[in-house]
Amino acid sequence: MSEATFTLDGKTIPFREGQTIMQAAMAAAAYIPRLCYHPGLKPHGSCKLCTVKVNGRHTASCTYQAQPGLAVESDTEELNGERRSLLQMLFVEGNHFCPSCEASGNCQLQATAYELKMMTPHYDHFFPDRPVDASHPEYLLDFNRCILCSLCVRASRDVDGKNVFALAERGIKTRLIVNAESGLLADTNFSADDMAAHVCPVGVILRKRTGFSVPIGQRTYDINPISALPQPKAGES
Amino acid sequence: MTHSFETAARPENLRRVAIDPLSRVEGHGKVTLLLDENNKVQQARLHIVEFRGFEKFIQGRPYWEVPVMVQRLCGICPVSHHLASSKAMDVIVGAKQLTPTAEKIRRLMHYGQILQSHALHFFHLSSPDLLFGFDSDMAKRNIVGVAEKYPDTARQGVLLRKFGQEVIRHTAGKRIHGTGAIPGGVNKSLTVPERDELLKDIGQIVAWSRDAVHLIKQMHNQNSALYDGFGAFRANFMSILGDDGALDLYHGSLRGRDADGNILFDGMDYQDYTALIEEDVKPWTYMKFPYLKSRGPQDGWYRVGPLSRVQNCDAIPTPLAEMERREFIDYSANTPLHAPLGYHWTRMIEMLFAAEMINELLHDDDILGTDLMTSGERAEEGVGVIEAPRGTLIHHYRVDENDLVTMCNLIVSTTHNNQAMNEAVRQVALQYLDGNEITEGLLNHIEVAIRAFDPCLSCATHALGKMPLQVELLDNTGAMLSTFTRSADNG
Ligand code: SF4
Ligand code: FES
Repeated sequence: MSEATFTLDGKTIPFREGQTIMQAAMAAAAYIPRLCYHPGLKPHGSCKLCTVKVNGRHTASCTYQAQPGLAVESDTEELNGERRSLLQMLFVEGNHFCPSCEASGNCQLQATAYELKMMTPHYDHFFPDRPVDASHPEYLLDFNRCILCSLCVRASRDVDGKNVFALAERGIKTRLIVNAESGLLADTNFSADDMAAHVCPVGVILRKRTGFSVPIGQRTYDINPISALPQPKAGES
Repeated sequence: MTHSFETAARPENLRRVAIDPLSRVEGHGKVTLLLDENNKVQQARLHIVEFRGFEKFIQGRPYWEVPVMVQRLCGICPVSHHLASSKAMDVIVGAKQLTPTAEKIRRLMHYGQILQSHALHFFHLSSPDLLFGFDSDMAKRNIVGVAEKYPDTARQGVLLRKFGQEVIRHTAGKRIHGTGAIPGGVNKSLTVPERDELLKDIGQIVAWSRDAVHLIKQMHNQNSALYDGFGAFRANFMSILGDDGALDLYHGSLRGRDADGNILFDGMDYQDYTALIEEDVKPWTYMKFPYLKSRGPQDGWYRVGPLSRVQNCDAIPTPLAEMERREFIDYSANTPLHAPLGYHWTRMIEMLFAAEMINELLHDDDILGTDLMTSGERAEEGVGVIEAPRGTLIHHYRVDENDLVTMCNLIVSTTHNNQAMNEAVRQVALQYLDGNEITEGLLNHIEVAIRAFDPCLSCATHALGKMPLQVELLDNTGAMLSTFTRSADNG
């Protein structure tokens, strides 16, 4: 029996039963932009960057089950334009200043913005006031850059079995919190071996004192665009 | 309006404001000349915008971010801020002695910065005034005019600057917003191809730098009355110097001299700079006025930068620059030269020194090494000082046990030179103000005096046009007598 397939921008993509469009595309090394999906974690479908058109209708590819014969569009001017707007909103909602950010070059938000040729933030900056949590001896949390993808929440809860992080409140007020009475990372059992310590796609969960040890220019996405990189396996960021 | 900024509320409370809305003319420098009852210029006030907002901004940030973040402070000498803050953070992480590779890579970066900045200042910004005359046709008095009349000089200026930028790129990773220096060391050394690329041109760079010294020396010699007298005023001067009193722009201890050249203090550890320097505030500006505590606010102000350094040191440790230093000292007959235009000559001597230092470092295999980092016992407080192109640059931080910055104090070169620049402007006004009217001629001369200090004001480094500048004249009651404004584009 021949393998089940669908098409992505005209290219044939094989899939196994139960795979999402995103999973099948990643297995076939086809790039669909994404920020809140990680292969080692249950999809969350919140960032909407992976939105594709399936038979003419918008849907999040990280949650949509692949089916034989689907015609999926992803790399189109229309969809990329929508993705750029989503990215621009993420940039203005937080405080992202790439030239002095230690995650620059390793940041998926930045790399995706380059990939999709986002030139300016376009919208007015919110400049939210979000103090950092430096209480933990080995890790720093710089909430200024949180895009609320919930990868750390899922990693800590579902893989590390710890529940260190949570999203609190709703809508525009949603924010990432640390599950401790004090609200401080030092008062949790978070550790450097946790998946949650390595899963943040931006520059929130940072190993202390190592910020700029790798020169800008020699980092992951400085060398290859995000679309060209091998897809991360479960447990890697 | 004049009245309102004379009596601005307690400036201590306003220090954090980045932009003084009253004294700032958008994109302009502004100078106020105040007359006494005999209509003699009694005071000159240069209004400049300082970067105080940054000191607040950096609080609560992790210390390792600071050397990268501070480059936002100043688009004009980011590398100097990068290195001064890295040196302060070395103290925080207990890196008492960097590895030879780290130390030499940082020095290379710094001398690259000196070279590019001095070349930019001399060739792009000042040579038009010096070559064509302060009052010459505005349309010609720019680098384009220089390129027409003196094509070799202009070309060399451009290439000298470019070379300095290449040194920065290879050592800092990028030409701007580099990350080369990190607390405790550097994150990269040079590869052999990078080194060889720089080695290929360095001989030419040294030769051109020497030509540049000769050019300014010749101008000085040909018109010594103008060059020695223009805006001249006596002042104390200060810089850091290396061991044994030799010129060292990267590291050393503080030495200060009085206007006669007598040593006031020497070998002072800059970690204790607060014992030496106090910062005065004035009601008319948020910019501070540092002075030497021992001499008090009246007499304790001082000058920094090339003119101070070259006269403060006992020797320059590279042969060609040392020869030039000796000629300079002979010219001034062994007493300190206090002429603002002497900045240009000494600046070019320093550029030659930087070129020779780069040459030396490029022949040192340590710059190819792999041992990049060191650390030791953590400290809570650290001061980093460097001789930036424009003068002594002080970065001072406190960092808490969670690694966050709790205090930051910066004294930038232009702040050290604050009173000195006012004094130079006053002298020029005394020499050139005719009657009660501000003329374009006076404005041109004031501009030349300010520019000699190479202040880090965006208006002063206006690339091709002339400095956008407003000069106003007030009588002893504060009433405006005359004003003259030149914008960047109408000039
Ligand atoms: S901290 Fe990072 S991983 Fe967690 S929600 Fe924010 S952006 Fe996502
Ligand atoms: S990756 Fe699918 S919604 Fe974020």
